[in-house]
Amino acid sequence: MDRRQFLVASATLSVGGIPNVNIKADDAKEPREFVGVLVDTTRCIGCRSCEVACSETHSNYVPDITSDNALESIRDTSERQFTVVNRFSTEKGEVFVKKQCLHCWQPACAAACLVNAMLKTKEGPVTWDGDKCMGCRFCMISCPFDIPKFEYASWNPRIMKCNMCYERLQEGKKPACVESCPADALMFGQKRELMEIARHRVYSHPDNYVHHIYGENEAGGSGWLYLSAVPFNQIGFRTDLGTTPYPEYTREFLISIPLIEFGVPAFLLALNTLTDRKDELRKDDEWTESGVEK
Amino acid sequence: MSTAAIPSNELVRFGKFFLDELKPRGKWITPFNVISIPVILLGLVILYFRFTQGLGSVTNLSQQYPFGFWIGFDVMTGVALAGGAYVLCFVVYVLRLEKYHSILKVTILNGLLAYVFYSGALVLDLGRPWHIINPIIGNSFGYNSVLFLVAWHFLLYTGALFLEFSPTIAEWAHWEKLRKFLTSLTLGTVIVGITLSMLHQSGIGAMFLMAKPKIHPLWYSEYIPLLYFVSSIFGGLAMVIFEGTISSKVFSNLIGAKTHHSHEDVILGLGKGAAITMFVYYFFLAFIFMHGEKWKLLNGPWGYWYLVEVIGFVLIPCFMFAYGVRNRRFGVIRVAAIMTVLGVILNRQNVCLIAYNWYVPNKYYPSWEEIVVTLTVVFVEVWVFRWVVTRMSVFSKE
Repeated sequence: MDRRQFLVASATLSVGGIPNVNIKADDAKEPREFVGVLVDTTRCIGCRSCEVACSETHSNYVPDITSDNALESIRDTSERQFTVVNRFSTEKGEVFVKKQCLHCWQPACAAACLVNAMLKTKEGPVTWDGDKCMGCRFCMISCPFDIPKFEYASWNPRIMKCNMCYERLQEGKKPACVESCPADALMFGQKRELMEIARHRVYSHPDNYVHHIYGENEAGGSGWLYLSAVPFNQIGFRTDLGTTPYPEYTREFLISIPLIEFGVPAFLLALNTLTDRKDELRKDDEWTESGVEK
Repeated sequence: MSTAAIPSNELVRFGKFFLDELKPRGKWITPFNVISIPVILLGLVILYFRFTQGLGSVTNLSQQYPFGFWIGFDVMTGVALAGGAYVLCFVVYVLRLEKYHSILKVTILNGLLAYVFYSGALVLDLGRPWHIINPIIGNSFGYNSVLFLVAWHFLLYTGALFLEFSPTIAEWAHWEKLRKFLTSLTLGTVIVGITLSMLHQSGIGAMFLMAKPKIHPLWYSEYIPLLYFVSSIFGGLAMVIFEGTISSKVFSNLIGAKTHHSHEDVILGLGKGAAITMFVYYFFLAFIFMHGEKWKLLNGPWGYWYLVEVIGFVLIPCFMFAYGVRNRRFGVIRVAAIMTVLGVILNRQNVCLIAYNWYVPNKYYPSWEEIVVTLTVVFVEVWVFRWVVTRMSVFSKE
């Protein structure tokens, strides 16, 4: 084989090789997308079946929904309950809103966790691993939605929050709350599909919905999406969180660490050499001793 | 190298020597002992309940306030005020200003004990402290976490401080060869230590970057890491002045005459340094304030509270330092140092507790148990400090 042949052959090989590699990479790509749930607050009837189903699935405190009158006040999720339904009086009448972890696209809690106990799984749910967690509660400081809750009354406390029924998803089932909803207010699926359905509902019934899907971009976007008939700040949502994913706020600092770690010692060593007064004095002595100056 | 080089009879000698040194010296009934011993015993009882019945049994922590007095005061403030160790190491070893050598050892000891006890107090606050090894042994590294950085730098810097102090320990144990070896490591350790300090002092501030929607906008800015770093410089210097003032009274018999005499000069220098860094800090605050167009926020109680911190505990002590240094008024410098220390405490409490979740109706106040445990940590630290300085040559005898 002469040089020309070799070049032609290798060029053909490389050109032929590249598309092959690309096809393989496409095949290997994760086919799954992050999953989420679409909550249509205009459909929720406030029956709280989801609260019961959630607590039964996760062996938490099961509320007595027939007699505890819990809708009288605005409640937060707690270390005993991963989800709660609240009632808001608005210009369009009573609105019921389910609250739980939103399963952010880029969760602040997972970025805060120094042991990866809080984890954004590749399926989408944000889960907590008790074998890793130190109980430092930095996830609680970082979560813009104040979702992680801590068992202060236990010697072996857990961080308690919705995990989108990760165990059930592994078995191919839907989250317990979605399955229990009698009013079709909750819909489980991939976020891309849910966004299309949500937009479709808003566009086809513009009088019934505000033109905003909460969770599309909030704090960088989340797995759970909300539709509403009234502005979201009237039904207990924070609308001042911005659209930047929260881990972005620490990114610049984290990038600067290696720069400082290598730059500063070099700078300090240089300063230490420059300030060597003894060396300077010795050289002065040598100068005068040799008699050059005098 | 240490254990291999030391024969077994040397270890026996050291064991006996150590046991002998452990015995208390001097009077038992002193005002400090009378106050501290009951507090420490009560603190231990509280900690028993904390570890058997959960944090909620003794603290006022809540779902809205996951960080309380133990984190906000013990850890965050304790570490900031221990900044004097890296600042003085920089001044003495890097800038070679020999004037400050006489107070270096005691400052390093203070820093070491502060890190061991105050950042060690973190263990009391962790819900699952037995998992504290997870970020260290590497079965789950959260590289993208600021807290991961802070945890590692705490650990490494505590080690660096121990190495910086170790020649004094070797001298006390009469290990001359080891002392020479350890002394030869000092410059390297100091340079690593300063770098680690820069990163974790600012890292503690960076922990609050993601709490953007929860901290009052007067206290939140993307420059929190820088502010935490700069305030640890003057906070550390003020603490050195404050501690030096107490030490020179309480341990006056341990301090040599020459050092005692030059102490005034040292305080003037430290005060000058504090005045300059505080002014830089104030400039940063003003710059952030103007740049963020926060004028409107000054109206109302939160604005006034912010002014109390910035004017009352930064600008005024800054000018007091400058005035005191210029006119050699040591009383003014000491008051300024105390105000500065209070100012750093106030700033950390503001960011971590007071202006955190400022819109929540149920504010957090530390429970008496939290305060007693904090005092326990402080008193135990002072006990260890007293034990060390009365046995090792920490103060300059010249």
